[in-house]
Amino acid sequence: MKSVRVVEGGVAFLDRADVDTDQIIPKQFLKRVERTGFGEFLFYDWIRDGEIELEANPILVAGRNFGCGSSREHAPWALEDFGFQAIVAPSFADIFFNNCTKIGLLPVTLDEDPCRALAAAGSGRIDLETQTVAWDGAEASFEIDPEVKHRLLNGLDDIGVTLQRAEAIDAFEASGRADRAPVTTAL
Amino acid sequence: MPKTLCDKIWDAHEIDDGLIYIDLHLVHEVTSPQAFDGLRLAGRSVRRPDRTLATADHNVPTDGTPAARLIADKLSRIQVETLERNCEEFGVPIYSLGSDRQGIVHVIGPELGVTQPGMTIVCGDSHTSTHGAFGALAFGIGTSEVEHVLATQTMVQKRPKTMRINYSGELGTGVGAKDLILATIGRLGTGGMAGHAVEYAGETIRGLSMENRMTVCNMTIEGGGRAGMVAPDDTTFEWIEGRPAASADFAAAVTQWRELATDDGADFESEVDIDAAAISPMVTWGTNPGQVVEVTERVPDPAEWGDGKSDREVAARALAYMGLEPGTPISEVTLDRVFIGSCTNSRISDLREAAAIVAGRKVASSVRAMVVPGSQQVSIQAQKEGLDEIFTAAGFEWRTAGCSMCLGMNPDILEEGERCASTSNRNFEGRQGKGGRTHLVSPKMAAAAAIEGRFVDVRSWS
Repeated sequence: MKSVRVVEGGVAFLDRADVDTDQIIPKQFLKRVERTGFGEFLFYDWIRDGEIELEANPILVAGRNFGCGSSREHAPWALEDFGFQAIVAPSFADIFFNNCTKIGLLPVTLDEDPCRALAAAGSGRIDLETQTVAWDGAEASFEIDPEVKHRLLNGLDDIGVTLQRAEAIDAFEASGRADRAPVTTAL
Repeated sequence: MPKTLCDKIWDAHEIDDGLIYIDLHLVHEVTSPQAFDGLRLAGRSVRRPDRTLATADHNVPTDGTPAARLIADKLSRIQVETLERNCEEFGVPIYSLGSDRQGIVHVIGPELGVTQPGMTIVCGDSHTSTHGAFGALAFGIGTSEVEHVLATQTMVQKRPKTMRINYSGELGTGVGAKDLILATIGRLGTGGMAGHAVEYAGETIRGLSMENRMTVCNMTIEGGGRAGMVAPDDTTFEWIEGRPAASADFAAAVTQWRELATDDGADFESEVDIDAAAISPMVTWGTNPGQVVEVTERVPDPAEWGDGKSDREVAARALAYMGLEPGTPISEVTLDRVFIGSCTNSRISDLREAAAIVAGRKVASSVRAMVVPGSQQVSIQAQKEGLDEIFTAAGFEWRTAGCSMCLGMNPDILEEGERCASTSNRNFEGRQGKGGRTHLVSPKMAAAAAIEGRFVDVRSWS
């Protein structure tokens, strides 16, 4: 995963609440078996129908509960492939938030007022290290889980990090605690 | 210290701080190909193929196509064939098209008995919360996490916050689990359960069948919840006993499972009380599952909906998309399509409920209606009971197992502007087909709507 430290530049604004992942990347594009190339299908129906316009800026400001619904990681893939490096919103759906952090797309939770101010400014600077968002002389700070922050700052591959704890996983299995679960290969 | 059901499962699976062991990983064709590619690129294997199970469900046609290679749509065919190849290469057991165990991933897990109390279960699908009905901790995950679980059999996770919803009273005649969960989401909002593992509790829940508990837990994600759960009890144990994956020493398993229920005095971060006796049959009118009213109500005025400007704006856009006027009685909303199916409502009891409504009647001439069993096993059982004949005699199409029209990734879709009564879980814009208009309802409500060609209150309908 690529590391994220600072995201700086223009802001695109999607002034809608409860945007679900079916809108971000409609189902017909989930049939691809590749991980790349989803950007051109981002908000396919909304953009094609002229409902919204989005510039491929580094920062997307969105409404509350962004990314609700399906767990499809294709949604963050599409946003990232389109050109966004960070998404700022008053709240995110859990799975979507998680999925973003797994691919180095920085989700930032800010109250609605600073979200709107940042959108109005048209450009801003997000610093993950100091957990701040700055625009037009104003600044707001945001919370992020320290471990997630560490992984993002260092671009760490989750699997690689977990495999460093392989001994603990081995020990867990050796303890018999994993033995109670049914064996799928024996059905 | 008294513990919650969620905490007990968490503690039994925490390997190390923030790292939990996964007992069962369910896999399907849509969210796994990139994960298997990742394994190949890194030269990794699947750590526990014996704790992994795959099926094909999202993409499969429901016209009886017997094998992946015969799927007409090229991209769907490639995706299902890719799953079959990946499972072969990595040693993962799979029930694909042609197997009599194939079906919707959240239907076949419980059906085979691989979903059991006290387990941690994940799947690259948000409706994995369904499995929580058995007293398991079950999460939907994204593709990067699918790859992580395949490689390590673990998840990097923070302990979820806990919420308990206590239901009291008996559900009225004609009111079911689907109405209960829709009414709950209507009250709490689509983000109301965010970040929480939600335990559904109280006498009403104790009185529900396993199928009905699955319907409730299934839609937890529509309230934003991380996981939904019900403490296991005799209803649970009776359901599992005798299934293919049930333990040989079943009595010993039950003894352990009885320890799982939340202890008296355990703390939840949040608790909600709901009077189940006051719940009516529910119908969604908008484009998220929280936009829901009782069948006896009218389409709301967006200016008076929810709390705050965002809710009003979302409601106004939803009504425009749905082609509805504020003030219209729900019972005057006419339908083009009816869909009975999906991981929410495609189990045998759902089909029995719907069949009892349609028996001896005819689907309205203006409606195209279909029933899609959740699995081949459900289909076989329904045919044994003659349910298929009841449906086809009434004018329903009887299809083969799959996700079907819940998400429109296969040929079962709505045409632009078509209005559908659907037993599925999401009424998002375009979910069932571009421009399609979805109203979420229970199987009984969908069945009655098919006959009348409009919504009716099943409590007074005869």
